[in-house]
Amino acid sequence: MSEVMLAADGRPLKASLNRALRRQKLRALMLIAPLLIFIMLTFIIPIGQMLFRSVENQIVGDTIPRTVAALADWDAEAEPVPGEDVFSAFAKDMMVAVELKQHTRLGSRLNYEASGLSSLFRKSGRRVDDMGEGYADQFAAVDPAWADPATWVTLMAAPRWVERQAAWDGEGAEPKFILSASITDDLPQTASIYADFARVTQSEDEESPTEETPWNVVYLALFEDLTANPDVQIAGPVGDLVAATVPQLAAFTQEDIRAAFVAADDGWEETRVWKTIQTYSAPYTDGYFLNAIDLQKTPDGVAWQPENEQIYITLFLRTMMMSVLITVSCILLGYPVAWLLANLPARKANMLMILVLLPFWTSLLVRTSAWKVLLQQQGVINDTLVWFGLVADDNRLALINNATGTIIAMTHILLPFMILPLYSVLKTIPPSYLRAAKSLGATNWTAFWRVYFPQSVPGIGAGSILVFIIAIGYYITPEIVGGTKGVFISNRIAYHISTSLNWGLAAALGAILLAMVLLLYWAYDRIVGIDNVKLGG
Amino acid sequence: MSQSANNTAFVEFERVQKSYDGETLVVKDLNLSMPKGEFLTMLGPSGSGKTTCLMMLAGFETATHGQIRLGGTSINDIPPHKRGIGMVFQNYALFPHMTVAENLSFPLEVRKMGKAEREQKVMRALGMVQMQDFAGRRPAQLSGGQQQRIALSRALVFEPELVLMDEPLGALDKQLRETLQFEITNLAHQLGITVVYVTHDQTEALTMSDRVAVFNDGRIQQLAPPDELYEKPQNSFVAQFIGENNTLEGVVQEISADACIVRLDSGDIIDALPVNVSKVGDRTKVSIRPERVEYDKSRLRPGAHTLKAEVLEFIYMGDIFRTRLRVAGTDDFIIKTRNAPDQVRLTPGTQIEIGWLEKDCRALEA
Repeated sequence: MSEVMLAADGRPLKASLNRALRRQKLRALMLIAPLLIFIMLTFIIPIGQMLFRSVENQIVGDTIPRTVAALADWDAEAEPVPGEDVFSAFAKDMMVAVELKQHTRLGSRLNYEASGLSSLFRKSGRRVDDMGEGYADQFAAVDPAWADPATWVTLMAAPRWVERQAAWDGEGAEPKFILSASITDDLPQTASIYADFARVTQSEDEESPTEETPWNVVYLALFEDLTANPDVQIAGPVGDLVAATVPQLAAFTQEDIRAAFVAADDGWEETRVWKTIQTYSAPYTDGYFLNAIDLQKTPDGVAWQPENEQIYITLFLRTMMMSVLITVSCILLGYPVAWLLANLPARKANMLMILVLLPFWTSLLVRTSAWKVLLQQQGVINDTLVWFGLVADDNRLALINNATGTIIAMTHILLPFMILPLYSVLKTIPPSYLRAAKSLGATNWTAFWRVYFPQSVPGIGAGSILVFIIAIGYYITPEIVGGTKGVFISNRIAYHISTSLNWGLAAALGAILLAMVLLLYWAYDRIVGIDNVKLGG
Repeated sequence: MSQSANNTAFVEFERVQKSYDGETLVVKDLNLSMPKGEFLTMLGPSGSGKTTCLMMLAGFETATHGQIRLGGTSINDIPPHKRGIGMVFQNYALFPHMTVAENLSFPLEVRKMGKAEREQKVMRALGMVQMQDFAGRRPAQLSGGQQQRIALSRALVFEPELVLMDEPLGALDKQLRETLQFEITNLAHQLGITVVYVTHDQTEALTMSDRVAVFNDGRIQQLAPPDELYEKPQNSFVAQFIGENNTLEGVVQEISADACIVRLDSGDIIDALPVNVSKVGDRTKVSIRPERVEYDKSRLRPGAHTLKAEVLEFIYMGDIFRTRLRVAGTDDFIIKTRNAPDQVRLTPGTQIEIGWLEKDCRALEA
């Protein structure tokens, strides 16, 4: 056992040292704290949240909770279309969603998984208002009190809310509706939907439940509750009304909610639609990630997307391949320049350095657009080639709106990111190494290849990592000069963020891209060693 | 330059000039001839052109004018890698990504030598500098002295006849430098190689070389064996540059073939040896080595001129005493005396009389 070293005061030396260094560490932390906080707030947290969207799927469970619960036991094999209970739950959910204007969002979300659902939700939203109207009329016919908002408040509201509401002077917001404690047990469905009604009425319409007749679906729920439990005993004045109403229920004409939905859109009779809702009812999903690699979650398990819809793996591979090509061309073009920079006298080297940095003084868009002018079929380069007779006039080179255009323009744009780290490494290699090699009998090429080049590898590594990582996530240039064959995965991500609004898929694609970069970084560390990367010094 | 010298010359510079900018000459009319097996040092202050000469010899700089010959053939147009000249650099220039053995093997590999022969030669070369145990190390794992030993054996491993050394010991501490000086000269003599050694350290130049070329202002000021250089400097730059030196200025009053009398600016009369003065009335700087100054009259020639001096400072330096005097109007006249048992320690304030043998006091150009 090694003995613990003690400081002069008898405390362990380690503890003593830690104490002495704590102030220093604290000061160092304070110095970076502003940046750390800034990065956390503007970078880490937003990226984390964005990536979280790739698995998040709470919109289904949050928007149609009753339906999700009712669908849990549904077995598509035994029953191609769910029963009346599911449709009834769905009517209530839809009523709330329509009032909150959330049914179209849910429709768009589910449309990513099965096309047609978006319009299905939109169309049905207009009809759901009428569902249960028959029950409302029949309840009112039994006793007009059922159409009176006050009856419902007495039945549903907690006494303390009634007091507060009565004391409310009309200024500011009405006190938030509070459901009576006992009614949830007595009339569970009705209480639940009435609570939603009261909440929506207060928040969306800025009306009072005391003055509004409940939605028709509330009467539907009441009918279901009373039919299920005819012996319910409710205290208070409305208890008598309920008791008086129950015997009449048998005579009620029953409404067919399912038929009402089918009448709105016969899509509701398709098993596919309900399977999709059931499959995507969990709060978290791997569906986005599966989509991001051309797979899909079908009711029968994971399967490939149809052949003509498989694009992401191709795009990922293309992004990788083109980034590698761009990195290699940057090395080939940048190395000689970096060598010159490192070996020229200071004055000339400074001049050359300004030329290298010149692109940074010009907007990226301008540079990319300039390439568009240069590379197009009637552009400067093709014109020159035709003029020299190197290319036939009717057979001009396609240099833009394809992968070639992307590679040319991006190599140009990323070249400084290769030259600068390379230069700073080459600058540290003393010229005496080359001289020594030559004095030992090596030709210029041998001296370069065996002595100079190996020492410049760390610079190539640093430049390559930089260029590759920037390239793999590049967006603007491929968008402008890439056409269809030269776009990157980032362009697809941008499309899903800003056009299709499928943020979940965009987040999944982004997460895969991030994982790929980290994986490559890890592989680089294993093969070359990250210690071998130098940005100078 | 005589015909016989031309015949035996191994390395030869003939009327070599070098200019970097086309306006000033860094090397002005350099003529130098070295026989095989000689250890020649180019010594001089920085900017004197010595390193440029070395680089021209190695082939890394081209001569603006003149001929450089190696073994009788002009090498002006031969690229460095075909000259077969070994070279040792100040910063060692060991290839950091190769092991010691790979470094040594490199010149043999580029000469397409077989593996077995290479290994044998590498081990022999490492043996010359007692570094066999370090064959598998990387240069960064070695100390400065060890690295320079490896650099030396790398320059020797392909058996060049000429080895150039560019201030190879400049980065080492004094003790190590002395050990390596000794090792390098020994090796050079053992192997019979010709060495051109560049340094600005005169002690190094004096202790190691067969001949020393003192450079200043793009010219060789004097080319001579160390003892001659020290004792018989040809001009006041060499006298000043090599070793410590007392200088007094005056005018020649009487002159013969092997003696002259100089009247100093203070009016004092001294004896001197005419070196760079030819006639009465020439202005001269006389130079006397501090250790050749005598203050014991019995050791001087009867009738020799003496100077009055006042002791200003006495410095005890261990093996020697160093005494600063006020003589003939200057107060930085130094004398050095050996720390012998009977040696007198002069106390500041004492008035003494000093003199010297006239052959030790050289009358040089003003």
